[in-house]
Amino acid sequence: MTLHELTIAEAGERLRAREVSSSDLLEAALDRASRTEAQLHAYLTIDREGAREAARKADADLADGIDHGPLHGVPVALKDNMCTRGVETTASSQILAGYIPPYDATVTRKLKEAGAVIVGKTNLDEFAMGSSTENSAYGTSYNPWDIGRVPGGSSGGSAAAVAIGSAFAALGSDTGGSIRQPASLTGVVGMKPTYGTVSRYGLIAFASSLDQIGPLSRSVQDAALMLEAIWGHDPLDATSYSGSYPNPSAALDDGVSGLKVGVVKELAGEGYEPAVETAVSAMVDKLSDAGAAVVEVSLPTFDIALSAYYLIAPAEASANLARFDGVRYGHRGEGATTEKLMARTRAEGFGPEVTRRVLLGTYALSAGYYDAFYGQAQKVRSAIQEDFSRAYGSVDVLVSPTSPTVAFEAGARVDDPLAMYLSDICTIPSNLAGHPAISIPIGLDEQILPIGFQVMAPALGETVMFQVAATVESLAGFTERPVLEELAS
Amino acid sequence: MTWESVIGIEVHIELSTSSKMFCGCAVEFGAEPNTNICPVCLGLPGALPVPNRKAIEWIMAIGLALNCEVSERSVFHRKNYFYADLPKGYQISQFDIPVCHDGYLDVTVDGETRRIEIERAHMEEDTGKSTHVGDGGRIHAAESTLLDFNRSGVPLVEVVSRPDIRSAAEARAYAQDLRAVVAELGASDVRLEEGSVRFDANVSIRPEGAEGLGTKVEVKNMNSFRSLERAVEYEIERQISVVEAGGELTQETRHWDEEAGVTRSMRIKEGSSDYRYFTEPDLAPMVMSASWVDEVRVGLPELPAERKARYSNEGLDPDLAGVLSSSPVEVRDIFEVATAAGADHRRAANWLVGEVTAWLRRTETDPAKLPLGGEQLAELVEIVDEGVVSSSAAKVVLEGVLQGEGSPREVAEARDLVQISDMSAIEEIVAKVLADNPEAVDSYAAGEEKVVGFLVGQVMTASRGKADPKLVSELLRKKLSS
Amino acid sequence: MPIDIDIAHVARLARLDLTAEELDGYKTQLDVILDHATQVQSLEGDPREESAHPLGLVNAFRQDERRPSLDRDEVLSQAPETKDGYFVVPPAMETE
Repeated sequence: MTLHELTIAEAGERLRAREVSSSDLLEAALDRASRTEAQLHAYLTIDREGAREAARKADADLADGIDHGPLHGVPVALKDNMCTRGVETTASSQILAGYIPPYDATVTRKLKEAGAVIVGKTNLDEFAMGSSTENSAYGTSYNPWDIGRVPGGSSGGSAAAVAIGSAFAALGSDTGGSIRQPASLTGVVGMKPTYGTVSRYGLIAFASSLDQIGPLSRSVQDAALMLEAIWGHDPLDATSYSGSYPNPSAALDDGVSGLKVGVVKELAGEGYEPAVETAVSAMVDKLSDAGAAVVEVSLPTFDIALSAYYLIAPAEASANLARFDGVRYGHRGEGATTEKLMARTRAEGFGPEVTRRVLLGTYALSAGYYDAFYGQAQKVRSAIQEDFSRAYGSVDVLVSPTSPTVAFEAGARVDDPLAMYLSDICTIPSNLAGHPAISIPIGLDEQILPIGFQVMAPALGETVMFQVAATVESLAGFTERPVLEELAS
Repeated sequence: MTWESVIGIEVHIELSTSSKMFCGCAVEFGAEPNTNICPVCLGLPGALPVPNRKAIEWIMAIGLALNCEVSERSVFHRKNYFYADLPKGYQISQFDIPVCHDGYLDVTVDGETRRIEIERAHMEEDTGKSTHVGDGGRIHAAESTLLDFNRSGVPLVEVVSRPDIRSAAEARAYAQDLRAVVAELGASDVRLEEGSVRFDANVSIRPEGAEGLGTKVEVKNMNSFRSLERAVEYEIERQISVVEAGGELTQETRHWDEEAGVTRSMRIKEGSSDYRYFTEPDLAPMVMSASWVDEVRVGLPELPAERKARYSNEGLDPDLAGVLSSSPVEVRDIFEVATAAGADHRRAANWLVGEVTAWLRRTETDPAKLPLGGEQLAELVEIVDEGVVSSSAAKVVLEGVLQGEGSPREVAEARDLVQISDMSAIEEIVAKVLADNPEAVDSYAAGEEKVVGFLVGQVMTASRGKADPKLVSELLRKKLSS
Repeated sequence: MPIDIDIAHVARLARLDLTAEELDGYKTQLDVILDHATQVQSLEGDPREESAHPLGLVNAFRQDERRPSLDRDEVLSQAPETKDGYFVVPPAMETE
């Protein structure tokens, strides 16, 4: 197995056995990047100098007996909507072209403290708005399994980098499925933690009540290790959970015997590709064989979850993006008055999807429309939480496909916003409820495109969720990797 | 047509916390521009607000001091609008569930006390400061605007009164009294000239006795209590003259121009102010438990209502107790010292809410600079009690004391105000007056009581006002009856 | 249920200087999305409160303590225009 294909756990073993150094791991990742970036465009920034410095330090520390834990010396990537001090952070928008944050996001700081080596910043849909990464102002990313297809979004760059091996793991952000859906489309593991468990300080906000940062990785165990390094109460985030946190990496070998698994009735049928449904169904049967009690569960509010999401997220986003006005940082357009300057700045700086959502959100909040739209959507959200509550009264976890389809062709949905939004139909309910959810790759369809299986759990239910996810992973036995015809570097 | 003016006052109070409302930057007046800033108060991408607990305790204290209810549960809202000094493009404020609501302030003007209701006190953050540079530095002639975000994020309490105020003088009194309450709590240094307290007035008029409200005009930019009073006065007159000339009033915001003595319309920006309020998703709801409220209440200095009750127990009638308890702290301190030195409570109180307060208003003196000590007041009360001066002469003595001429006894002497209480001296004058006014003596004998007043007047004139009128009256009656 | 959006007004509120053609395009798209979004009005059952934090967080405060501020030079280095330590913008309104 080549270096860049190692999991974090495996790399950690070799590091401590002195078989490899952190610098070796980094060079493997960088080399992989140089061979694949022309085709995949997973990264916006590769910080060779900073990463090499960090790898050197990691190696020196280990030699001195200083060990920061499982991520020590491991090369990881960060989605470019997370602030990294001194390193350009753009949220894939023209409005932040050249912007260099004067501070680190909390997750950035935590990764550094954990000894991780930050390779660079990955591509995303502009301001995390999208399901394909095609909304990036710097060009889209492509799927390593088929470079004519999208890697999913909005964390498409992170997913592609992990899938191809130019990072050992990555952080993405998930507002309506933006970690899980690209993970599903690129055949890697991706999870969204319970809302409030990972600090959002330094995450360029899209929808404040929905955004969560989470890991993309090559194994379920890696995801747990990444999660445990980045989560925890943060006094700089007033929505941060200050109670006790679960211990998911301890439960990975516990199996599913005695657990109750609910298959969500509403997340199937029209719009779902047969290969996806077949694979998911087969996995459900395997879980049953492995000792889980499987039942069908109905959560009727899931049918209006998408509508609620497409009112709440843009509304919050319209306010979160108001700070991009050309005054203190970023792009500035021309204008003889501040009002004109702001309007020019934003028209020039925002892409079409962002503009669409800002208009939508502004409208949904405006005088006379609040009650019917945003206010009502927040009530639907309560109803969804109730549905979940009721379901978890009789099951431990809920399962479904992560995405109704496998990776679609680049350009296939850009002109049909509604079709694009439907990509998130399985993932959105967890965001609305604030619950954790994870996608595990379970196989390939006849086009050699990955299929993802989603496990959902109640708030702070990461332990049982990872427990089931680890079982799914081992039952799937999915070991295929994308083969990319490498161009001469 | 007689008109009634209907006025409401909005007060913005910058709290003197150590750090800002949502971040740890220093709250500091006069620092070098853009030196007290961080990702949060600068609105950098990725920043998040975390509320200052002390600020919430201050607003609870202010609310309690203004007789408000403290909400059990309160939330923050985003107030969305674009302006260069508003870094996030929204202000974190409160919409429909403010921390405090339904309070009041009893305000006295010319001896008449009225209750001005307070609708709410809510928590928000201040904006950065814009300096317009160009010709004259005035907003309409600027070539560019310089922005300093040191003030951005400073905790701001907004207190909104109901439109219960009925005159410019009352508006001023309300503003001064409210400022005094806040100053006494220590919640803010409430310096108008530094902008740590700011007043806006909402002014409308209606026919006297009518129900309903006329067109409301917001008046801003009043930088002193005097200009507040002048601005409101001007605006009332302006509105009356517009309406009486058959014109219509526009609901708008007007700026007070201190130099010209007029309010000017601010150009209405294109597009209405649709603030698109929604609950702030980056902040958790606040729960003000009964025990927390009690904790804050216990930590407060004596509140006006408690003080009023104490004064009542000390012998002041309810009205007097009420007026004194809402007097500035400096005035009340004099009362405490004077009564501790033995002065009668009622008399000391009457002096303070009457002559002393009138002097403060007349000379536009800041109560903090009141040149009167409690001991002096006690002495003043004493010399009246002793009959050293008459009560009318005592007013002149007070004037002298306030002008720094010395203690009450010294002033009485120096200004020759000491009453003649020496019986033999008075007897002499009485005898002379009776001798000089035989017809009056006869009238009295014939049953005309009224003539005593005339005779007292004659004695007072003869004594150049210095005879103790009580003694004079007694003596005259004695002599006349004999 | 057709909704008539005053798209020019919304664009003004959102400070987006778009051409008439662009506005037209967005209006059409928004109509489609909003039409779909009105599904939220089909929510059945008892009236509900707006949703709260999933973990029921309340009173998440910080103490009134100072923390170091940012270095002004580092901050101003990101600004489009500065002067003597200030950020510079044109006047708010048209000059006379």
